[in-house]
Amino acid sequence: MTAWERLLPASGASGELRDLTTHVHTYGELDRDRSPHALIADVRDSGLTGRGGAGFPSYRKLEAVRAASRAARATPVVIANGAEGEPASHKDKVLLTHAPHLVLDGLQVAALALGADEAVIYVHEGPLVSTVADVIDIRRRTRVDRVPTRVVSAPARFISGQETAVVSRIDGGSALPRSVPPPIYQRGVQRRPTLVNNVETLAHMGLIARYGGEWFRGLGTTAEPGTMLFTVSGAVQRPGVVEAPIGVGLDQLLGISRLTAPVNAVLVGGYHGTWIEYEDGRHTLADASLEPVGARLGAGVLVALPASACGLVETSRVATYLADESARQCGPCLNGLPAIAHALTGLARGRRDPSLPAQIETLIHLVEGRGACRHPDGTARMVRSALRVFRAEIDLHLGGHCSATTSAPVLPTGADPTGGRGEREPVGATS
Amino acid sequence: MSNLRIDWIACEGRGACAELAPEVISEDPWGYPIITPGSLPDAALPHVRRAVAACPALALRLVEDPRKP
Repeated sequence: MTAWERLLPASGASGELRDLTTHVHTYGELDRDRSPHALIADVRDSGLTGRGGAGFPSYRKLEAVRAASRAARATPVVIANGAEGEPASHKDKVLLTHAPHLVLDGLQVAALALGADEAVIYVHEGPLVSTVADVIDIRRRTRVDRVPTRVVSAPARFISGQETAVVSRIDGGSALPRSVPPPIYQRGVQRRPTLVNNVETLAHMGLIARYGGEWFRGLGTTAEPGTMLFTVSGAVQRPGVVEAPIGVGLDQLLGISRLTAPVNAVLVGGYHGTWIEYEDGRHTLADASLEPVGARLGAGVLVALPASACGLVETSRVATYLADESARQCGPCLNGLPAIAHALTGLARGRRDPSLPAQIETLIHLVEGRGACRHPDGTARMVRSALRVFRAEIDLHLGGHCSATTSAPVLPTGADPTGGRGEREPVGATS
Repeated sequence: MSNLRIDWIACEGRGACAELAPEVISEDPWGYPIITPGSLPDAALPHVRRAVAACPALALRLVEDPRKP
């Protein structure tokens, strides 16, 4: 195991870590007799933040659920969220395929820390359901877990993983966002206080419970400790999932994935993320360093847009996809996202209407903050960054030109190309 | 900071609120409410309460303390 690879060590690439004995041999036994206080203190000391996109401090989330369950005298529920809806993200599928026990360990840690009596692992419908069910079954037979765990699946849609959609689905409803308040840490599954953590966040927790918060801080930056799973694609020879410390250089990460072509922009954080200028890869991959360019790591998606492709065409395609993925529950999202996508498509296809960029800006204002979930806000964020980063390209298009030399799509918008199996091998950080 | 909340899933864009409290609620191009940014002027409260009561979808809520959910 190199110093970088905690969740996806080299031995995990072939799926060996799906075997419980190999898993325990690799990471050691999880001590299930430690007090909830000690478990929570470890997470606090580690500085772990959520890896599902929002980046919220995991300790504060645990504390919020614990306080709410005390106040309401209700037993909480814990959920591992593996419903990775983002077409450009594969890290949750890869993690669940190659190291599912680490996720289930983390889920037990969270359940024990909160005194939960029920744990759920939530994934998209597809082959991953049986993978996870098999692993749960093995653990049940070996009686390693104290808190019973079951798997719940949802249609493989972009928004199925939104927290309120997760709760709705587990309660037997549809996997669509619900109106908050109250927040789910107060009232979630079966109206009980509910913790929803991304599967990668929980996998880190499974290791923190073994090796401690100080160990976790041995990689990453002081403000943003630990490693993170990045899904790298675009102008690279080896697209896939790479584990690297937060604070790694963009050039270094793209080097590991073998950059193949000149790049003019990078999409950071996925389809609810931000386009940034490439700048020879001189970006540090940490939220604090990306803040000046308006980006956040989110769930670790990185797409290197080759100079041969058109950022406007790519963005319009993704915006159209995101508009289609709206749950169609909230008026501004239902109407606004297609309007944004339509105007962007006009620009991309060479409609020479100089008012289009301003029209798009106006529409962005009309969708932001006006929905039950973050889908309109995330889409607005990504489109706004495209208007900024592809400014020169917009002018070219308004003049009747396009800089692209190829029309092959870079950003995926269809069904998950791996069919949810997480076939893409972890690339591995062999530094 | 406005203390009017909209349940976006419930809201059907009927437009009653914008009609009854035009000083703080306008409509977007699709008929859904836009709450004027800034704190609610006290003078508008009677109209706002009327708008809240009249919403056919029960989607509009007046929250006295906006920091609480």
